[in-house]
Amino acid sequence: MSSPALAVHALHAYYGESHVLQGIDLEIAAGEAVSLIGRNGAGKTTTIAAIAGFIRPRGGSVAVSGTDLTGAPPHRVARAGVALVPQGRRIFGDLSVGENIAVAARPIPNGWDEAKVMELFPILARRRAVRGDQLSGGEQQMLAIARALVRNPTVLLLDEPSEGLAPKLVEQVGDVLQRLRATGLAILLVEQNLGLATQVGRRVLVMNKGTIVFTGTPAELAAHRDVEARYLGV
Amino acid sequence: MSPELVFQQALNGLSFGALLFILASGLSLVFGMMDVVNLAHGAFYMLGAYVALSVVQATGSFWLALLVAPFALGLLGFVLEPLLLRRLRGRHLDQVLLTIGVSLVIVDVIGQVWGREVRSLSAPAGLDGSVTLIGGVYPVYRLFVMAFGVALAAAMGIVYRRTRIGMLIRAGVQDAEMLGALGVDTNRLFASTFAAGAALAGLAGVIAAPVFGVQPGMDTDPGLLYSLVVVVVGGLGTLSGAVAGSVLVGPADTFGKVLFQDVALAVIFAIVALVLLLRPTGLLGRIRIAR
Ligand SMILES: Nc1ncnc2c1ncn2[C@@H]1O[C@H](COP(=O)(O)OP(=O)(O)OP(=O)(O)O)[C@@H](O)[C@H]1O
Ligand SMILES: [Mg+2]
Repeated sequence: MSSPALAVHALHAYYGESHVLQGIDLEIAAGEAVSLIGRNGAGKTTTIAAIAGFIRPRGGSVAVSGTDLTGAPPHRVARAGVALVPQGRRIFGDLSVGENIAVAARPIPNGWDEAKVMELFPILARRRAVRGDQLSGGEQQMLAIARALVRNPTVLLLDEPSEGLAPKLVEQVGDVLQRLRATGLAILLVEQNLGLATQVGRRVLVMNKGTIVFTGTPAELAAHRDVEARYLGV
Repeated sequence: MSPELVFQQALNGLSFGALLFILASGLSLVFGMMDVVNLAHGAFYMLGAYVALSVVQATGSFWLALLVAPFALGLLGFVLEPLLLRRLRGRHLDQVLLTIGVSLVIVDVIGQVWGREVRSLSAPAGLDGSVTLIGGVYPVYRLFVMAFGVALAAAMGIVYRRTRIGMLIRAGVQDAEMLGALGVDTNRLFASTFAAGAALAGLAGVIAAPVFGVQPGMDTDPGLLYSLVVVVVGGLGTLSGAVAGSVLVGPADTFGKVLFQDVALAVIFAIVALVLLLRPTGLLGRIRIAR
């Protein structure tokens, strides 16, 4: 059996003394999308940070396509095939749209390049020379996705891509993610938007206080009203 | 003041400003990229001047010194960053203490190796004369300093705006962690940045030597003191901020010393206070809220 695109086992992480991740397990195969949902402060971004190498986990493991990357610095995780669309977008404001893409690009034959991501998001082509900090929230979100795609990743991590977007744009992001999944990408989608999470994710993980409290298909989640009420209500 | 004197002092102020740019641009770059206030920057500047002294003594060539000193300082920076600073990433107080320590060690080593007398380095042949400008004689070397500062700022501007390195610097100054997540080895980027900052300090030391001499104490005045003032006034982490700060502080300090002699430093601190009151980010700095 081949190794999953992303495998996280018994991951523990702290901020100082506070034990934020208390044993996270998740596996995502190529061509599979998994959604991770949960209230504010549940530990979703911390899970992403521990995978991406922003923080060093104190226990457990992270592996990408069978390569152990536990505690590796961000650039090594990135070079192993992980790309990140971070919470808050983190677009480089002093760089133009074209430069934001160029700074990330890792070309491969027949892979994503600037021309292709601009075909995917035509608005970016029209805004190519505009500074990142002059873009609207929706444009920044598309640029953040484009910037991740030109890495030609095998694993795509997205942290609340729908945050602050108009419903029409959320729909567009959902469509794009489904197309990407169909191309064989492994996708971990962190969301608070239940609609987007269940549309994109074949499996949905619910997180609460640093642990995964529910795993199931969107249909199974819909059948467990109690989960929704207990862990997702605002 | 007579018009001639005003003109002379304006030239002095601008050439001091040009020197300050060379000095402060390195400090600003390192702060912007690495979030490190490198208090050894003045000692790097001093070491650059002393290395130049030895190169000139050994070879007689100022121009060789202008290459060797920045290179030597760059090498030192490239070694020190991973050796010492990398362990303290994000720990600001520890970084301050460490760089003060590095500075003390460097200054002490300089004292041991070169002695504690006031030394001088003469301007290279061709630049050691004077020209007559608007009724007064004026040292050619100071005009050279001005031209050098302008040329360096222009060259840095091109690198900053038009090259991949510049792109990485602009991106890294805003969000180095994100740059890492896009595959850029930030450890190497930081070591190179720190090396470039040290090299610029060394370069400033060589350029300054024929004007300000080579002596104990130069690490703090003008070294660290003025580079800090420039980056605070101009704004941290941007090239244009370093330019603006230098162009303002250089002439202000020069005229302050002519007009107010003993309290000249107060003029500088008044400018710092005023700028920070009106624009807490400095003239052209970007707002940096702790992450
Ligand atoms: N840099 C930090 N230092 C200390 N504590 C932090 C830090 N970042 C997050 N935390 C804490 O860790 C916990 C998990 O935060 P995290 O950002 O992972 O939540 P989240 O699920 O992503 O929430 P949100 O939906 O609001 O983005 C929270 O209690 C938060 O306050
Ligand atoms: Mg979050």
